[in-house]
Amino acid sequence: MPETSHVVRVSGVTKNFRIGKIEVQALKGVDLEIARGEYLSIMGPSGSGKSTLFNMIGGLDKPSAGKVFIDEVDIAQLDAYELAWLRCRKIGYIFQTFNIIQVMTALENVTLPMVFAGMNSDATVKKGMRLLEQVGLGDRHSHKPFELSGGQQQRVAIARALANDPAIILADEPTGNLDLTTGEEIIALLKRLSRERRVTVISATHDIKMLNVSDRVVWIRDGRIDKIENREELSISIGKIRVRE
Amino acid sequence: MLSVELRGEARKQRAAPAGEFTDEFPMTQEPLFGERPGKAPRADRLVVLPFATSVRIAYQSIKVRFFRSLITTLSLVLAVSFLSFVDVSNDIANGMLASGDPELRQSLLRAGYDFGPEEANVASTAKQRWIIILSLLVCVVGIVNAQLMAVTERFREIGTMKCLGALDRFVLRLFLLEAGMQGLAGALSGAAAGALFALAAGLGRFGLEAVREVGAGDLGLSIGWATATGVGLSLLGVLYPAWVAARMQPVEAMRVEQ
Repeated sequence: MPETSHVVRVSGVTKNFRIGKIEVQALKGVDLEIARGEYLSIMGPSGSGKSTLFNMIGGLDKPSAGKVFIDEVDIAQLDAYELAWLRCRKIGYIFQTFNIIQVMTALENVTLPMVFAGMNSDATVKKGMRLLEQVGLGDRHSHKPFELSGGQQQRVAIARALANDPAIILADEPTGNLDLTTGEEIIALLKRLSRERRVTVISATHDIKMLNVSDRVVWIRDGRIDKIENREELSISIGKIRVRE
Repeated sequence: MLSVELRGEARKQRAAPAGEFTDEFPMTQEPLFGERPGKAPRADRLVVLPFATSVRIAYQSIKVRFFRSLITTLSLVLAVSFLSFVDVSNDIANGMLASGDPELRQSLLRAGYDFGPEEANVASTAKQRWIIILSLLVCVVGIVNAQLMAVTERFREIGTMKCLGALDRFVLRLFLLEAGMQGLAGALSGAAAGALFALAAGLGRFGLEAVREVGAGDLGLSIGWATATGVGLSLLGVLYPAWVAARMQPVEAMRVEQ
């Protein structure tokens, strides 16, 4: 199966929303193929359909027309149980607002997806500790979210996203609520993990820093793909910005 | 057909370790449901939340939001203590009647209890029953209100859990467990408080003689009944909010506005 190299395949996807009596077309036919292990950024102004496309790739929303394949499985065909399993095992989510579950410690947050996946508790603790060490929070495992800084919470979220060795990590503005330095650290961490674990990272972002590490950048405008740029093309333009700084 | 593809994919992953960090945790630790010998594959077993873990999460959730839980439970405590107070007061009056002591019978009549010369027990009056039912109704409405607010407050947490793979019924179960625990604690303390208050009032009105005549069985039954009612009401009150929570879409977790 040569096509399995595409971990995500979006073909002819449209999405209509009904707001009151007005029908709004958020996506007007998007085709996109994402290779395994790729680091992809989706850029676009707000209202461009970026979030809609992003949610579609994450199996959080179903297209009005067209198909979304994750690991060559058409997500529109999945029932609630299979979708939950997909979210649990295939996809790791990272949010702009971190979304660490407030009532749980860092370790419990990281182990929760493994509990859902049916791992026994000793194994979850062992693996959870290891993941926290990987993101540099090994000594913070028993802390509650409110005792952690924004950057640390996002690290916990990254560890949690990796819990079940997903094929895809979906990061929605992962640096949106972080300061410049912390954001850079988070980006470096994501990049390192994606390289080491060969995980596909897909992020929706406004952050220029993110472009530097991306293999490809997809620009969305007005519900369509405006252009797709490879890293080589990008580094030139980023280089210019850097020089100006 | 498609689930077969999913399982096939899972099998493939197991055969080829995804990276250097996964080697120590091969996926064989998890039973892959399509591979259990002699059992038909069941897709609904793919995501699990053990009951003990649900209880732990629910308990933690109450503990962390203790003040909030206290307020949610307070209306239940009050309503149940009222129910228990009325019941235990009647138990005391019945105990006094059953003792056959004419003096105690007289003091009951003086206190305003209404019964014929032949009657051997006191039942709660229609008015009492109505007031109890009303107070319990108000209490359920209070619980629904508080729990709906709790759901709104926690929509991001619920959405996140769903993104991590939680099924609707996990969320439902967590909310029911929380309400059950809150209900049990609140109803027990309310029933005990109501009973104590009724005994103290009986002591004040009729003296030690009267309170001594209360049957321990009757007392226990009243407290037990009040507690059970309280737990039932707590669960009844959380049903709709829990249903709202369980049906929440995971995409809610992505929403940025607080």
